[in-house]
Amino acid sequence: MEQPLVIVDAERSDRGYWRDVWRYRGLFTFLAWRDLLVRYKQTFIGVAWAVIRPLLTIVVFSFFRYMFDTTIPLEDVIILVSVATIPWQLFATALGESSGSLVANSSLLTKVYFPRIIVPLSTIIVCLVDFLLSLLILAGVMIYFGEVPSSNIIFIPAFILLALLAAIGTGLFLAALNVKYRDFRYVVPFIIQLGLFISPIAISSTQVYESDYPDFVKNLYSLNPMVAVIDGFRWSLLDTPFIVNQTGLMLSLGMTFLMLIVGVWYFRRVESTFADII
Amino acid sequence: MSAAIKVENVGKRYVLRKEGSRSYSTLSDSLSSVFRSKGTKEEFWALQSLNFEIQQGERVGIIGRNGAGKSTLLKVLSRIVKPTTGRVELRGRIASLLEVGTGFHPELSGRENIFLNGSILGMTKAEIKSKFDEIVAFSEVEKFLDTPVKRYSSGMYVRLAFAVAAHLEPEILIVDEVLAVGDAEFQRKCLGKMKDVAGTGRTVILVSHNMAAVQHLCERAIYLQNGKLVESGPAEQVIGTYMRAAQGPAAANLAVREDRNGNGKVRFTSLALRDANGNEVSALTCGQEGRIELQLSNPGKSTVNGLMISVGIDDNLGNRIALLSSEVTGQITNVSGAEVSVNVIIPRLPMKQGTYGLTLFASSNGEVADWIQDAVMMNVDAGDFYNTGKMPPDGQGYICVDHRFDIK
Repeated sequence: MEQPLVIVDAERSDRGYWRDVWRYRGLFTFLAWRDLLVRYKQTFIGVAWAVIRPLLTIVVFSFFRYMFDTTIPLEDVIILVSVATIPWQLFATALGESSGSLVANSSLLTKVYFPRIIVPLSTIIVCLVDFLLSLLILAGVMIYFGEVPSSNIIFIPAFILLALLAAIGTGLFLAALNVKYRDFRYVVPFIIQLGLFISPIAISSTQVYESDYPDFVKNLYSLNPMVAVIDGFRWSLLDTPFIVNQTGLMLSLGMTFLMLIVGVWYFRRVESTFADII
Repeated sequence: MSAAIKVENVGKRYVLRKEGSRSYSTLSDSLSSVFRSKGTKEEFWALQSLNFEIQQGERVGIIGRNGAGKSTLLKVLSRIVKPTTGRVELRGRIASLLEVGTGFHPELSGRENIFLNGSILGMTKAEIKSKFDEIVAFSEVEKFLDTPVKRYSSGMYVRLAFAVAAHLEPEILIVDEVLAVGDAEFQRKCLGKMKDVAGTGRTVILVSHNMAAVQHLCERAIYLQNGKLVESGPAEQVIGTYMRAAQGPAAANLAVREDRNGNGKVRFTSLALRDANGNEVSALTCGQEGRIELQLSNPGKSTVNGLMISVGIDDNLGNRIALLSSEVTGQITNVSGAEVSVNVIIPRLPMKQGTYGLTLFASSNGEVADWIQDAVMMNVDAGDFYNTGKMPPDGQGYICVDHRFDIK
């Protein structure tokens, strides 16, 4: 039998890292399976949590939108907000869970070897399951108000993937920072909270792009990766225009991929020191 | 035969921060340190220019005092930490067992934890499935397989964890001191299992304080001291060197020991063994009076209130078999003066022949002042405890209990 040769060299970074990640895919599955089991062991709380959070967000944001702007009927507001809240929740939980995952699993990190990137990646699975549950809310809302999804719905998986990529890039970056600087655990909830308000949840991107704000404000708004995701969800389900502002869309997509590259790069750079400092 | 492990010039440096013992920092720490004068960092080489090879199928024990770098070496070999210098070549699948039950989740059942722990240790799902029944039988927890492990007794927990680990089949198995857990019966079972594993041509690396286990399991040993390799060779020979060094002169100089904890209000400086007549001896004798003479320094020269001193006695498996403490004898006192002399008198030493580890502990008003684990190895010679010229056979306990039979 051929035996794998592993060389650990102080001078060089690990070769065959991504091959190792593939070899440890079993561990990835098991970690995700563990998180799922633990989360849904107390079935009621597990399911309720996945449903209550988006539900409350929808109620509150619809209420405020309708309070300050009665030009569109309440049911349209609820649909508009629901379609945005569901992918936002996916992004927010994935970001929150992945950025805290290394510290939460510190006992694993100091006792066994495996490519560390598996830990934050595996947390995404629980978030995806929560997301599938919350899709039921969305379906419920749309059926209740008799809203028929547009044929663009087939593109939904692409936007789910986009939301995950945005969460992974930022999540890896913050997870690695969290190991070195423990106060990042206070920063992450703040980022998520802020994100909720600067993302087009209660408003639509069209309102921002067609407003008379200066261009740099519009560009700043577009730097949020969730702008493209939420616009994409609304386009897929409600057939609202997707490309309102080409620069804006490019900025939003660009930011997602930039964060992904930065996140993976930084994670890989500091990964070998995790066990020393955690 | 080719080398399974090749270690070339490996060193590992840690940077110690003076304030606090945390290794991580906070961003606010880092930002505020910009404004402070720097220079509170201290470098520490846990391993230094190590070179050795381990052949395929060899069983090697790594021995040395606490803080000699054994655990760091294991972590480098198992790829958990990266060396600062040099390189390591590893041929074959590696499994490392640095603690029992890595990744066990308290909420999950025994069954679920077997799968989880197995996969963390590097087994595939198919491997775990095929060994599942064996693992369960070995662990002796069949009845509680579907109970969350948080409801397990610590014994059950350890048995289940070791059962999973014992059924790993890597080409290289790296084990740290895990034998020092569980009851004696289970320890024997584990030792047997380890021997089986080693017998199948696998490479085994074992770190242990238990010289008997190392001698029993390993053909070769590597002796580390202060991160450097002192000797590598046949197990018996290297263990001999280590034991001689560990015992050292009967009066051990403790002032230079670095591997200690506590606030330093008082510090142990030396230890000597004396017999009933006050003569210094290299070993105490079973059944006779023995004295452990301790010298402490009081660097502050102020009065130390509520001084409590204890001496823990461990067997060669690292199990605490007795604690001699001035608290239980009701002798907590206040002392002053730069030197404190303490004599621990054991009227009739109950320990049987063997080598025991002494852990020294001193506290002042409940705060740890000085604490040296495994400060010295104490030898006990055979003696006539029962005044009958007879002793219980070896393997039948470590302690002689004063007793008599009343038979009618």
